[in-house]
Amino acid sequence: MAEKILDVKNLVVTFDTYQGSVQAVRDVSFHVNKRETVGIVGESGCGKSVTIRTVMGLNPKSNGSVKGGQAFFEGRDVLRLSEKEIRDILGNRMSMIFQDPFTFLNPTMQVGKQITEVYLRHHKVSRKEAEEKALSILRLISLPNPEQNMKRYPHQLSGGMRQRVMIAMALICEPAVLFADEPTTALDVTIQAQIIDLMNSLKEKTDTSIVLITHDMGVVAKMVDRLYVMYAGKIVEQGDADAMFHRPRHPYTWGLLDSVPRLDERTKEELHSIPGMPPDLIAPPEGCPFAARCRYAMKICQRQMPDAIPLEEEGHAAACWLCHPEYVKQYGVTRREGKENGQ
Amino acid sequence: MGKYVLNKVLIAIATIFVLATATFFLMKLIPGDPFASLKTKAAVQEKQREYYGLDQPVTVQYFRYMGNLLRGDLGWSLKKAGRSVVDIIREAFPVSAVLGLTSLFFSVLIGLLFGILCAQFRNRWPDYLLMLVAVLGIALPSMVLGPLMRYFFGVQLKWLPVVGWGTVDKMIMPAIVLGLGTVAGETRAMRASMLGVMTQDYITTARAKGLNSAQVILRHEVKNSLVPIVTGLGPGIAGIMMGSFVVESMFLIPGLGRYFVDSITNLDYPLIMGLTIFYGAFLVTMNLLVDVVYGLLDPRIRESGKKGGK
Repeated sequence: MAEKILDVKNLVVTFDTYQGSVQAVRDVSFHVNKRETVGIVGESGCGKSVTIRTVMGLNPKSNGSVKGGQAFFEGRDVLRLSEKEIRDILGNRMSMIFQDPFTFLNPTMQVGKQITEVYLRHHKVSRKEAEEKALSILRLISLPNPEQNMKRYPHQLSGGMRQRVMIAMALICEPAVLFADEPTTALDVTIQAQIIDLMNSLKEKTDTSIVLITHDMGVVAKMVDRLYVMYAGKIVEQGDADAMFHRPRHPYTWGLLDSVPRLDERTKEELHSIPGMPPDLIAPPEGCPFAARCRYAMKICQRQMPDAIPLEEEGHAAACWLCHPEYVKQYGVTRREGKENGQ
Repeated sequence: MGKYVLNKVLIAIATIFVLATATFFLMKLIPGDPFASLKTKAAVQEKQREYYGLDQPVTVQYFRYMGNLLRGDLGWSLKKAGRSVVDIIREAFPVSAVLGLTSLFFSVLIGLLFGILCAQFRNRWPDYLLMLVAVLGIALPSMVLGPLMRYFFGVQLKWLPVVGWGTVDKMIMPAIVLGLGTVAGETRAMRASMLGVMTQDYITTARAKGLNSAQVILRHEVKNSLVPIVTGLGPGIAGIMMGSFVVESMFLIPGLGRYFVDSITNLDYPLIMGLTIFYGAFLVTMNLLVDVVYGLLDPRIRESGKKGGK
């Protein structure tokens, strides 16, 4: 069995606001194996970024609170570490690439300094050695003219170059886990493809596990080994990439897959979207949060949400009554419409 | 950068020319006559006016003044017999400048520190306490604060001399009175600027590197917060170095401050002009300096400056 590098169990996070407590993450469990790339997919506000930021201890202390759960990273529960202990892990064993390379880099600091800063924080080396290390990592991620570009400021670099700088910053300490929060969203499509290729090649060259957070099934398809689909603070379906893309079982996953625009399908239809809005997480519905938007919803869906129901394939599970053995026995397996053969 | 500075210098010279012209004619609009007096005979007054060229038409006086100005001659005081305007400035300005710079140095330092603390402890008691000090600093006029301090620290406690100039201990109270407004202003400005920077995404990046709070504040927050603060500093420096009429009168300091008021009540034309032009030139120079410092702090401005100069 593969070694789990990160194991999050039953995580619950709420934020106190003037309107009430927002239940951002509701009982989420997931794990990441060594050298594996895992995707967490869901639309904006489903709690995917909050989950990751909670694991990294980056949520504001003032109103965000972990109400329950554990997050084991290299054998320790990071949710219960002191601030000092978690700081020794951040940027070092666990690091993050942020969404927008335009706003997540300090505008008044040379990018080289921003990269070496992490390395100097976690290693007792001279500035010179840190710069050598930064150069080697910039060469690894093929940033052109690394020596000159290290001395530049963020505004002097293109979007793709800035995102490479962010990646260099995250990788320089050779972390065990790299979180990538929508790493391609702020970039234009050709640069997106380059960054995805880069991250794929890094998977080969380093021992780092990657957790990719995105709303874009297209990006995920090119990268991940395993996939979690999140909706309204819960994980609704999980499984290997192959099963998730070709034999998905949760209607929400179908919706996400249908929402990827395709160039090879000539349709007169407009771009597909999932009708309706995600529920208000201050007062989430009692039953399945997706029931209101789901065309397969039954009476029981309004009352109760099932736990993740294991499916035929190892590791594949969906929290949907359509997958319940009783339902399947009576009505058979419900598949994504028009895509029975995985197409 | 050279062209950029040259451009700014040309604009500065034009500014001073406009300032001198406007001041000259406005000054001539003030009713009265510097030599009108009941003690001197009319014939003597006439002679005095003739000697200083005040019997000529205003335009002639203007061109004559501007001609002298180009040669660096600011003329002679009408009231301080035998003293040139340059002499007066040369003697009094260093006093005001030393007091002003000392006061400014400490008050900016304290103000920035207060601002940083306020931002870090936002909406908790240190923030409220320091903001209260800041509001008091703006609300208390120096003619209230000055006498109060002189009474407590000078008369009652006898810690500091009540008035005078020349030693360090004599500078302490006037420097505090002069700088309190600056402390207040810098505290408020730095607090606001820093609160804006603290919520920026790159601060999250810094925290995700495992840096502790002190490292995040010193390396990432302070420098970015200083950019808007520096803008206000230029006119502030010029203003405080020119001396304050109230503070200098109160503590009997032989600075430039009182001449600004005295020269106008006395209608000492050359002195009014000299002081105004000196102040103007100094202010423009400070602003130029601020532009350069601005570029040092923020590389984006440095670039746009280069482009603007081409």
